[in-house]
Amino acid sequence: MSVSSKLKETLVCLKAGRVTLPYPAQARPVPEKFRGRPIFDVTKCTGCAGCANNCPAREILVFDICQEIRVLEYSGLRCTYCGRCADLCPEKAITLSHDFETGTDSIHDNQQRLEIFMSTCQRCGRCFEEPSALEELKMKGYRLDDLANDRWVFRSRSYLEGEPAVEDIPIEMD
Amino acid sequence: MLKNLCQKMFGRSLWVYHANSGGCNGCDIEVLNVLTPYYDVERFGIKLVGSPRHADVMLCQGPAMHSTARALKRAYDAMPAPKLVFAIGSCACGGGIWFDSYPVLGPVERVVPVNYYIPGCPPRPEAIIYGVAVAVGLVDKKTAPIQLKQLVLPIPRYHPNELCGSGEMVVYERAEKV
Ligand code: SF4
Ligand code: SF4
Ligand code: SF4
Repeated sequence: MSVSSKLKETLVCLKAGRVTLPYPAQARPVPEKFRGRPIFDVTKCTGCAGCANNCPAREILVFDICQEIRVLEYSGLRCTYCGRCADLCPEKAITLSHDFETGTDSIHDNQQRLEIFMSTCQRCGRCFEEPSALEELKMKGYRLDDLANDRWVFRSRSYLEGEPAVEDIPIEMD
Repeated sequence: MLKNLCQKMFGRSLWVYHANSGGCNGCDIEVLNVLTPYYDVERFGIKLVGSPRHADVMLCQGPAMHSTARALKRAYDAMPAPKLVFAIGSCACGGGIWFDSYPVLGPVERVVPVNYYIPGCPPRPEAIIYGVAVAVGLVDKKTAPIQLKQLVLPIPRYHPNELCGSGEMVVYERAEKV
């Protein structure tokens, strides 16, 4: 290789200047439309599980631990940051953040777990239709709502401690 | 502990071997992008090598497939002893959107032990640099598991001290939370 071609190469290199970004030392902003990891807002979520049904990576798991609490678990393992969940959430409870610095030594660091209160039917005390009429008999009596004073009135004393109902339905927590 | 081990064992240059076991090439392009002058990881001493026998770190892209799992395992076994595996991309971390498809075995964890995870599909070059910087101890990791609960669950049975008896009935006073 001749000296002149080396010189030419040097000139080309000098002309380009320094392009290396000082990345980990200095933060680098992301583009406006960048989709980072989804952030769930527990106060808005109604537990409809639309996100879980439409996630292409089946990343969101929804299950009920007892009749009033629904758990939504986003495991962060294989999320592709596609934004589909945020698009279809009727309550806009999911936002795609600009957070991309998710490198970690434990995969469970990206997990998000939401516990959502499910409003229950005033009659039967459940979110959904009763499986059978027999089940209803086991419930503890109807609730009379005192709307004027904003309070609930139960027709049974079994909610008080030390006065358990006969054949009470146990609360299944986890 | 892992970080200390890293700093001790890999105090100098990390030579990386780039193994694609069935990804879509998106992550490979981002990994190569990291080696270009713009992101220039050679300033941290990171160098791409062509053989697992010369490498300290294996960068895995793509899920473990039935057809490539054995080759991946052999490449891992061929690396000299203090070795690390980075799972780059959603596929390598958790199987990606094809985690349940017929040729896919699952995340690369199923085949080789993974030390660091960099999720994203594909992760930005910055995210990859960040993951490597976490591994060599230049920066601290930013993520932690999140648990969110709706503040007060308006379920009378969970608040026994807010219930009071009145005659034959029981009154729960926090109904406005519903
Ligand atoms: S996050 Fe949105 S789509 Fe998902 S369960 Fe909650 S309300 Fe439904
Ligand atoms: S961003 Fe896409 S892959 Fe990630 S949880 Fe939402 S729908 Fe699933
Ligand atoms: S994580 Fe996404 S970009 Fe990377 S190999 Fe898998 S599908 Fe392709």
